[in-house]
Amino acid sequence: MTALTMPARPDEDDVRLRPLPWRRMAGVTWRQHRIALAAVAVLLGTLAVCLWIIGTPLHHAYTAAMACHPASSAACQNLAGTFNGTNDHLLGATSPGGVFLQLVPVLIGAFAGAPVLGRELETGTFRFAWTQGFGRWRWALAKLVLLPVVLAAATGAAGLLVSWYYQPYFAPGSQALHLYEMSPFATLFTLRGVAFPAWTIAAFTIGTLAGMLIRRVVPAIIATLAGYAGLAVATAGFLRERYLTPLLTSSPNPPGTAWIISQWWTKDGRFAFANPPFSLINRFCSAPPAGRGKNAPFGTFAQCLAPHGYTQWTSYQPASRFWPFQWIEGGWLLALSALLIAVTIWLVRHRAA
Amino acid sequence: MNVVEASGLGKRYGGTWAVRECTLEIPAGRVAALVGPNGAGKSTLLNLAVGLSVPSAGEITVLGGRPAGSRAALDGIAFVAQDTPLYKNLSVADMIYLTRSLNWRFDQPYAKARLAGLGIPLKRKAGKLSGGQQAQLALTLALARRPRLLILDEPVAMLDPVARHDFMATVLAATAADGVSVLLSSHVLTELERVASYLILLSRGQVRLAGDVGDLLAARGQASLEELAMAYLRETRTPEVPR
Repeated sequence: MTALTMPARPDEDDVRLRPLPWRRMAGVTWRQHRIALAAVAVLLGTLAVCLWIIGTPLHHAYTAAMACHPASSAACQNLAGTFNGTNDHLLGATSPGGVFLQLVPVLIGAFAGAPVLGRELETGTFRFAWTQGFGRWRWALAKLVLLPVVLAAATGAAGLLVSWYYQPYFAPGSQALHLYEMSPFATLFTLRGVAFPAWTIAAFTIGTLAGMLIRRVVPAIIATLAGYAGLAVATAGFLRERYLTPLLTSSPNPPGTAWIISQWWTKDGRFAFANPPFSLINRFCSAPPAGRGKNAPFGTFAQCLAPHGYTQWTSYQPASRFWPFQWIEGGWLLALSALLIAVTIWLVRHRAA
Repeated sequence: MNVVEASGLGKRYGGTWAVRECTLEIPAGRVAALVGPNGAGKSTLLNLAVGLSVPSAGEITVLGGRPAGSRAALDGIAFVAQDTPLYKNLSVADMIYLTRSLNWRFDQPYAKARLAGLGIPLKRKAGKLSGGQQAQLALTLALARRPRLLILDEPVAMLDPVARHDFMATVLAATAADGVSVLLSSHVLTELERVASYLILLSRGQVRLAGDVGDLLAARGQASLEELAMAYLRETRTPEVPR
């Protein structure tokens, strides 16, 4: 009786033992997330075009200034002025453009990451997806590996373009020409090198976990923005400057590309003050000599206060630590992301739906 | 072979048992109807059978001893959840692609022929289909997987009478042609009359009655499945508290 109504399927048992190949998730992921991926492409494409448009004249001005000899001639000073003038701070970390750019990782992470599981759970489609032959935790793992890899490739390419834009400011020899210098840490550190993809992946994995826990897209996006903001503020304000012990110098003119962590003054080997009080400046520095360079005020104070026993100390991170810092930050962010993915998969596998 | 076997099965949400002390053996080759009032635990029991939920007590296996929710189990079961969830922003063709990609077996010619017969365009977004068409799409995708067991959770609750009839006709045709076993839940008893040959009556999380519909009717002297269910639910209903 049973044999009649349930016809034998000879190859079925062999087939059933094998898991479905992972590559099948590529097309599935693409079809389900192509709108989000297209939005990311448009966002990063716009960023690339903007960087290209403002970066090309900057690079031309830099090349012209560097090629000019002799450097002290009026023509060369003009070219140096042109280069310094092109720096309109559009991409400075605290300018409106810079602030918007620093939102790019979290925008990608929140709007691409939170719906991956959040929308499935909110609309009930997880009942479809998790009851197919592929298996639910493999389905989730495939998406949570594939999407971050794609996002990392896209943001990594965009990060190269950001690095290209800034490259003239950190090039050796700029100081001799009095070209504008910046610390590589102060200029959108999170949007260059490995930090950009790493922050994007971190935001994405925060988003997927939030979607899994909250089970609704919009609250999960808000939670992602909040979680990312906390992480970014803690990193920028506390963690990053502690990756490596800062260098210490008593030179009144630390390198223009240095990231100044703190400055203070000592007298007779003891801490005197963080900033010279006005009374002291008025007494000893009544006629400050003409300043030069970026750190002119400190330099001049150091000059006029030094004869009176005051020494200025500066702790700073040198520009040469840019890449070590990039790898440290990228490393811990990727470790955090891997942990968040593992927690999310565990929840998908074990949490009752 | 039993398509579903449960022993001492229980599922607790917080302090409430949605299903408890449930022991069942649903034979293969049947259309089994899981009947009960709203909140009786029908969806919970079906979610346990497909592995979407994990039991709080006891155990449940499907298709002759495969753990519910395991890969081997999911390979042989097609599940259409309540309100037939589909990706609303994907086209019908994309839904076919997804289902085919996520399973070893998928009868694409069958799916396309059936959707063409129903007049459901492949390019239309799933969310733009009518309720009846969405239910038919979900059922078509499930049947194209060539499952041994088809599990349907309240498949006709949202449908108008014509769509209900068409839906049930498809289910019946599939069981007749392929020998698919079916387990479906419903609180609409009239629809089950024509299709169900095995009945499980669930009330307040517990199995009150289970068995072959013909045997049950004969044993209890009822004329129809509806009468039988009603009589049984009346017997076990909450007594009125005098005021």
